[in-house]
Amino acid sequence: MTDALNIENLFVRYGRVDVVQDVSIRVAQGESYALVGESGSGKSTILRAVVGMAPDWRGQIHLDGTARGDIGQGAFARHCQMVFQDPYASLHPRRTVDATLSEPLRIHGIGDRAARVVEMMQAVGLDPRYRFRFPHQLSGGQRQRVAIARALMLDPKLLLLDEPTSALDVSVQAEILNLLVRLRDERGLTYVLVTHSLPVVSFLCDRLGVLHKGQLVEEGDVGLLQTGDFRETYSQELYAASLGAGDRVRHVV
Amino acid sequence: MAPLLELKNLRVSFPGPRGPVEVVRGVSFDLGRERLGIVGESGSGKSLTGRAILRLLRPPARVSVDHLRFDGQDLMAMNDRQMRSIRGARISMVMQDPRYSLNPVITVGEQIAEALRVHARIPRREIRARVRDMLEKVRIHDPERVMRLYPHEVSGGMGQRVMIAMMLIPKPDILIADEPTSALDVSVQAQVLDLIEDMIAENGMGLILISHDLDLVARYCDRVLVMNQGEVVEELAGGALHAAQHPYTRGLLDAVPRMDETRKFLPVLDRSAGKGT
Repeated sequence: MTDALNIENLFVRYGRVDVVQDVSIRVAQGESYALVGESGSGKSTILRAVVGMAPDWRGQIHLDGTARGDIGQGAFARHCQMVFQDPYASLHPRRTVDATLSEPLRIHGIGDRAARVVEMMQAVGLDPRYRFRFPHQLSGGQRQRVAIARALMLDPKLLLLDEPTSALDVSVQAEILNLLVRLRDERGLTYVLVTHSLPVVSFLCDRLGVLHKGQLVEEGDVGLLQTGDFRETYSQELYAASLGAGDRVRHVV
Repeated sequence: MAPLLELKNLRVSFPGPRGPVEVVRGVSFDLGRERLGIVGESGSGKSLTGRAILRLLRPPARVSVDHLRFDGQDLMAMNDRQMRSIRGARISMVMQDPRYSLNPVITVGEQIAEALRVHARIPRREIRARVRDMLEKVRIHDPERVMRLYPHEVSGGMGQRVMIAMMLIPKPDILIADEPTSALDVSVQAQVLDLIEDMIAENGMGLILISHDLDLVARYCDRVLVMNQGEVVEELAGGALHAAQHPYTRGLLDAVPRMDETRKFLPVLDRSAGKGT
């Protein structure tokens, strides 16, 4: 089986600086892969290079065995979609939920739009009575559901998630994470998740890669998060810092 | 000894289409020279509580309080001028995001100096020396250079340290920190909080730490108030989160993914009673 996403020796350049240096990642089909690191480590940039928002890149990107350059815009949109961090910024403020969700269908000439919109709203746990609301009439969690619904409208196989829950409250985060788990099982999705929250990785993902200053310093199974057996000092520091602000403390006390 | 700050029955309401909506409903606490945490989700009224103490809420917000006393003085009875002499000098506040709370067209050094100059007449040379000392205290290693930088030239973590320096330089009695680390990376969060902790210990101040992160608050505070929908639902000793009894607090704790996660789905709060998400 070919990999859902295969990145080899990727360099991404902003201006004169290579913000991503020689990164290689393979994500198998149906797998959930996490890229973790601090801000500025280049983790979001890798996703942006894949979707074409950071055009100045070198190296190889293959999706399902096809080179990124050989996939047309339309075909790419039907195969791979991205969900952004801030649902307050990523939805058009003057478009209703219905307009937002039916736009991809219209562009791709898919009929039966009303029924598909309602069906998708139900799939992401949004009551269809919200269909003609504007984003400012929705809560943060509802907006993120709309953003996820929009990404799924064309029934893609690969979903790139850029910090999908970090703008949300903990209880809302739990709901969105549950939704992502359920959708993955129902639709056989492959996830590439970018986050700085290791506990979220532990919940949602199978493997993770640690990025530091644009380079992939370590890759491993999520089991690493239970034992903390990281090889690289940087990963260990990141792991320790995440524990510090969080979690284990509770079990020790 | 009387507590430093006494707050009794704070209520904040905003006008709505169907009459006033009360968003803070009867919050009371006393604060000594200790670290108090307030946790809750967005909309729980935690930030409004912090702002109401400094009387920063303007109409259309309506604030009512049985008494709000700081160091024996009644804050509600003060006029604007007296209030300004308290704000910053005796009670100061660190806001969430340094990128929005620092003035973008004034250098870092100048802004910190302003905090000092507003409240006391000090010779210029001494101001400069104190700003440099303060920056060193918040662990900025080359204060001379940083003083000349503009806010967009410093990183998030450094910006937050600049904010803390600015808030602490007049030596206030109470520091209100409203989500001081939410805009920062995990690895920087701990540094900033440790710094606040050290500064509090050094100056013997009171701290009100407002955050949505239960674990973080429990780690850095002596006492934790859990707020939900404008009310304090539970008070816990710091480091004793597992002793939480209230179903809302328990729900919040369970909803957080753990580092060694094995659950297939996370438990979520029952919202059937209130608004959906």
